[in-house]
Amino acid sequence: MTLAASSHGFLSPTGVEVAFLLVGIVTLGAAVITVTTKQLVHAALWLVVALGGLAVEYLLLTAEFIAWVQVLIYVGSVVVLLLFGLMLTRAPIGRSPDADSGNRWAALTVAVAAAAALVWVVVDAFRTTWIDLDGAAGGADGGSTAVTGASLFQSWVLPFEALSVLLLAALVGAIVLSRKAAAEGERPQGSTNKAPSDKGKAPSDKDTAPSGKDQAASGKEGVR
Amino acid sequence: MHLAYPAVLSVLLFCTGLYGVLARRNAILVLMSVELMLNAVNLNLVAFDVWLSRAARDALHSGQALTLFTIAIAAAEIGIGLAIVLAVYRARGTSDIDKLRDTAETRPGPGDDGTEPAAPAMAEKTEAAA
Repeated sequence: MTLAASSHGFLSPTGVEVAFLLVGIVTLGAAVITVTTKQLVHAALWLVVALGGLAVEYLLLTAEFIAWVQVLIYVGSVVVLLLFGLMLTRAPIGRSPDADSGNRWAALTVAVAAAAALVWVVVDAFRTTWIDLDGAAGGADGGSTAVTGASLFQSWVLPFEALSVLLLAALVGAIVLSRKAAAEGERPQGSTNKAPSDKGKAPSDKDTAPSGKDQAASGKEGVR
Repeated sequence: MHLAYPAVLSVLLFCTGLYGVLARRNAILVLMSVELMLNAVNLNLVAFDVWLSRAARDALHSGQALTLFTIAIAAAEIGIGLAIVLAVYRARGTSDIDKLRDTAETRPGPGDDGTEPAAPAMAEKTEAAA
């Protein structure tokens, strides 16, 4: 480690480091906007920027396969799922002043304290550690699809198969959760569940009802 | 590349997600913050895997394999989480996690939170149990 520290300058960033820093600033800014914005749909869209920035960081760290998996799964499907969830729970479009709960100052204190402690520990621990990104092992790229696939299907086959079982269980679990809720939600909502559910539903219905009527009216006008 | 750059970035992303989990009120925004925390862990795993594999101390690429597993588990988690949020929304008409206080102990003191919604909460509990 001391040899590595002597061969690198202490504060002389290389081009990769500068690119990593710039993309990291964009990623962190998008993440901060994601957790602080008052508009719920904008939070999901800023999450796209944060996750895409992380994919670029993976590319800069020479982990190509992880980067494209990140783009496919996170940007492609998780954000779409989150947007569908926002729409299905009738999240208000536009500013919602109660997006943050009352304990946000306590949350800010906890987050800043954790960040300070962790940054101090991490910087102190890895002050003299450098990643050799130039491919010291004869141009064998450590993050390419061939290397990742070989290690995944040679050394990690059993966890891989267990993970496919877990994905199947999650699929079945999601279907069971939504089906059971639908089957039970239809019966008692007319009789017993009326009062509490209406109490909770009233504001959201007020929010969405005019837009629905407008859409219905415009649809009728379109038909006429 | 200095290892502190990805490590510090992942620490900051993790703490941003921590703030979001603690401060947000909508359950789906809490799920987004959980995704941010998981991504911070992924970045850390990839950075340390690149460091250790280039230092020829880890030939198994365990960091990248674990990153792939974490991504798959996060996809499963977001599916189940959204199913739960939708079920809660269908039953209660809200996805506001500050209002889901069924398991909270009723406070005898001020009575603004605990005593007033006790009756519908009890009704919903019996309905959920049945």
